[in-house]
Amino acid sequence: MNIAVLTKQVPDLVEGVEIDSTGKAVDPESIRYILSESDDHALEEALLLKERTQARVEVFSLETGEVRDSLCAALAKGADRVVIVATSADAPPSNHTAAKIFASVLQGLSFDLILTGVRAIDDLDGSLGGLLAGYLNLPYVGLVRKVEMADGTSMAVIQKEYPGGFAAELEVKLPAVLGVQAAEQPPRYVPVSRLRQVMKTASLEEKDAAPVEAEIVEVVRMFKPEEGAGAAILSGTPEEVARQMVDLFAERRLVR
Amino acid sequence: MGLVQVPPIPAAPGPLFPELARAEENFRKCIQCGVCSGSCPMGEAMDYAPRKAVKMLLEGRFNEVVESNTPWLCVSCHTCAVRCPSKLEISDGLFPALRAAVVAEGKALDQDLQKALQNTYLYGNPMGISPKKRADWAKTAGVPVPVISQLKRPVDVLWIVECNPSFEPRGMEISRLLARILNTLGVDFAILGSEERCLGDCEWLAGERGLFEMLIERNIEILNKYKFREIIMTDPHSYRTLRNIYPALGGRYNVQPVVAFLAERLDHLKPLLKKRLSATITYHDSCCLGRKTAHYEEPRMLLAAIPGIKLVEMIQNRESALCCGGGASTIYLDRFIQERVKDRLADRRIMQAVATGAETLAVACPFEPARFEDAVKITGQEGKLVVRDIIELLAESMELN
Amino acid sequence: MTQDVWVIAEHFQGRLNDITRELIGKGRELAQAVAGKLVAVLLGSETKSLISELAAVDAVLVADHPDLREFTAEAHSLALETALKDAPPRLVLMGSTSVGLDLLSLLSARTALPCLDNCTKLEVRDGKLFTTSQIYGGKVFAEVAVAETTTLVAVVPGSFPKSETEAMGRPEVHEIPLPASLPEVRTKFRKLIEPPPGDVDITQSSVLVAVGRGIQNADNLAMAEELAEAMGGAVCASRPVIDQGWLPLTRQVGKSGMTVKPKLYLALGISGAPEHWEGMKNSELIVAVNTDPRAPIFAGAHYGAVVDALDLIPALTEEVRKANMKKAS
Repeated sequence: MNIAVLTKQVPDLVEGVEIDSTGKAVDPESIRYILSESDDHALEEALLLKERTQARVEVFSLETGEVRDSLCAALAKGADRVVIVATSADAPPSNHTAAKIFASVLQGLSFDLILTGVRAIDDLDGSLGGLLAGYLNLPYVGLVRKVEMADGTSMAVIQKEYPGGFAAELEVKLPAVLGVQAAEQPPRYVPVSRLRQVMKTASLEEKDAAPVEAEIVEVVRMFKPEEGAGAAILSGTPEEVARQMVDLFAERRLVR
Repeated sequence: MGLVQVPPIPAAPGPLFPELARAEENFRKCIQCGVCSGSCPMGEAMDYAPRKAVKMLLEGRFNEVVESNTPWLCVSCHTCAVRCPSKLEISDGLFPALRAAVVAEGKALDQDLQKALQNTYLYGNPMGISPKKRADWAKTAGVPVPVISQLKRPVDVLWIVECNPSFEPRGMEISRLLARILNTLGVDFAILGSEERCLGDCEWLAGERGLFEMLIERNIEILNKYKFREIIMTDPHSYRTLRNIYPALGGRYNVQPVVAFLAERLDHLKPLLKKRLSATITYHDSCCLGRKTAHYEEPRMLLAAIPGIKLVEMIQNRESALCCGGGASTIYLDRFIQERVKDRLADRRIMQAVATGAETLAVACPFEPARFEDAVKITGQEGKLVVRDIIELLAESMELN
Repeated sequence: MTQDVWVIAEHFQGRLNDITRELIGKGRELAQAVAGKLVAVLLGSETKSLISELAAVDAVLVADHPDLREFTAEAHSLALETALKDAPPRLVLMGSTSVGLDLLSLLSARTALPCLDNCTKLEVRDGKLFTTSQIYGGKVFAEVAVAETTTLVAVVPGSFPKSETEAMGRPEVHEIPLPASLPEVRTKFRKLIEPPPGDVDITQSSVLVAVGRGIQNADNLAMAEELAEAMGGAVCASRPVIDQGWLPLTRQVGKSGMTVKPKLYLALGISGAPEHWEGMKNSELIVAVNTDPRAPIFAGAHYGAVVDALDLIPALTEEVRKANMKKAS
């Protein structure tokens, strides 16, 4: 069985994001990139499937952000092949554009399963997995937390998350695209010595994508909400404090 | 009265982990006397207490020991090593090697530990906070806290603040007080600020050698950029590592814990200790300042200098002091340990403190106030015992708080 | 393209979900602003009874098909593609939910219609439509100009107030024609997995009432439970409370417990020790109550009060109940 995992880099929120001078986009200079969290889970689920079914796992990433680190980590974890897909775009493309690029790269290749994170922190126009499935005319299930193979390799049995701890068990005829919410176990640890070794010795494959028509999301303004410093103290008797608190909660629609 | 002789720093250059190299030869010298198991505060909870673990290793039963809970329950208190008649480096040599085997094999790690290691790799601290914020604590110190990269001149004392005192609220408060003390004493000091990264003590003890190597390389690179006469540190764990391990890789510096630095300046300090703090105090010897580096008397000298203080000793003190339970990788394994140990070390230590009749437990390690304060609540001693760092007590007596 | 606004009516076990009512309310406002009709799209099997709950809309498009009984993105997308063929509307609104998130993207690519996600605001300005989305973990807002063609929009639940769906009129009901079998659908629902019975998963609670040593004894826990219930949340605790055995380990928040990110974290009698802070510091709104004005929690909390938690809890429960009653009436 052949599994493709699509990953992307997103700004690391620990380092914060700043808005650029146009006020319409994030300032790329202010950002440090990190692998999107649910993509890490998608990779972990793929590696678990590889362990169980001797599948082959190939990881694809568009050439934006610092992809080398996360692709080396994927190799160190056991991926069979990693590919950087070159794009001509300067800025990270919209999910529609990215999905079109991946669709052109993956078309004709025989992957049984395409896994990707169900969402990323910078998603504005839907999720990559769903869009890709649409372009490739494949089935799609998102918010996946478990994937098992049934009947050899033609059918996957999947658990899809719903709120309140509920889940749906579904069966999907392969090939299919899955948007992973959480792998069955947390993403595995790569010992730093192994990672550094891979980074020194690995040469990463690069692939050019055929040009696609870019689909742009027209952002007219990007801004940050206002911040405070230290707790704003509510004073008065417990009853007075309680009233002030309820006002706060009502503002944020926290009282039912 | 002179200061106690500090044990000599291992001769350089040697292999990367001199203690470990010694351990690998030495454990063949084990006479199976059982002093280690008898002294080990976690021995009862371990699958195999130290003596048994060594025996099994000698018999070639490596996998059984590595896969047991034994390596992860060791709190690195060093009591075994100090008492071993064969001078076997158990807690800080053999056990980190066992953990390193688990890590290198890619075996599943406890999630809390994994997160801490990943955070340290990405951000240079186990909390996962941006290194840009490392000197934020200094903004509200109320006194100048120079950053060495901005000073552009040699400085007398480089103060390595370390992770907990930079990012955890109680630790940050202690850092601010120390900054005021240093300013009052007129010390020419500076900090590394956002260039500072974890020194790696907890990481190498957790068995992540690759990460530790990476941290050493980077830290030596940073330290070698600057000129300073000595380094002082509030974190005893990092102090021990910088003093004992870094020299083997070219990182040889004059380094002291803050308590020793201040004790050297006691003549200047004493007249500034104006406020009486009438209190009976007992001092907890942390393992890294105590058994591992033998700084027993300096903290006591500082405390004795504060007017109104009466010092009493716990039943286990100095070399026999009971670990607070926060050493090595166990600082990240609280949940793991909580599931396996009913009688927590910190709780036992608090009861020892209460038994002395003291109202204050003085500590000198940033890991300890939170641990011991939790233990005070759990053992129902709230109102009977408070926990204070030595810096906090000094600052209070100097009226700097 | 018409100027209509469609709302995908999400439902579960015979009831309309809250998100549907929120979208109907907002949908009505938008339909009026763009001078179009408000249309609910009801996909399911034997769901005719739900039509009466959709009385606040002008028209209902129904697809009643056994393959739509449970949600699969493929089948639902197919039904919508059929519906969209004749008179595509200005907007198709759905919740950014387990249903909407899947449907939005698949449908967008299959129909080549643009889509937008994570929307918390939707407004008409100078005749043009704009959405606002929260991205980067809520740290950044992005205002987007909606394209001049039919656009699919997924809205974050809780962004808009629920509309009243009392019977106001009788909407026109149209059937979406679907063939008896849908062979191109390759996804099949097998069964629903229920959560294991037993304790609450505090990581799923949007409101957490957190108690620390300030609660003083197990008897006072009942007070905290009442408050949690009034707020639709759950009780959790810092380590000392758990160690005392007053609450199970599954309620522990902190370094050696759970990490939580609720909308509201009410820290009552909690000092804010680093081990605890680590487990809840990313909560959206942190309100702390402690008798010690120097408690570390005040450094990081958004709001704080220096009063006794034991006095505040009953007062707050009272005020919350009053507010809930006001809203319902």
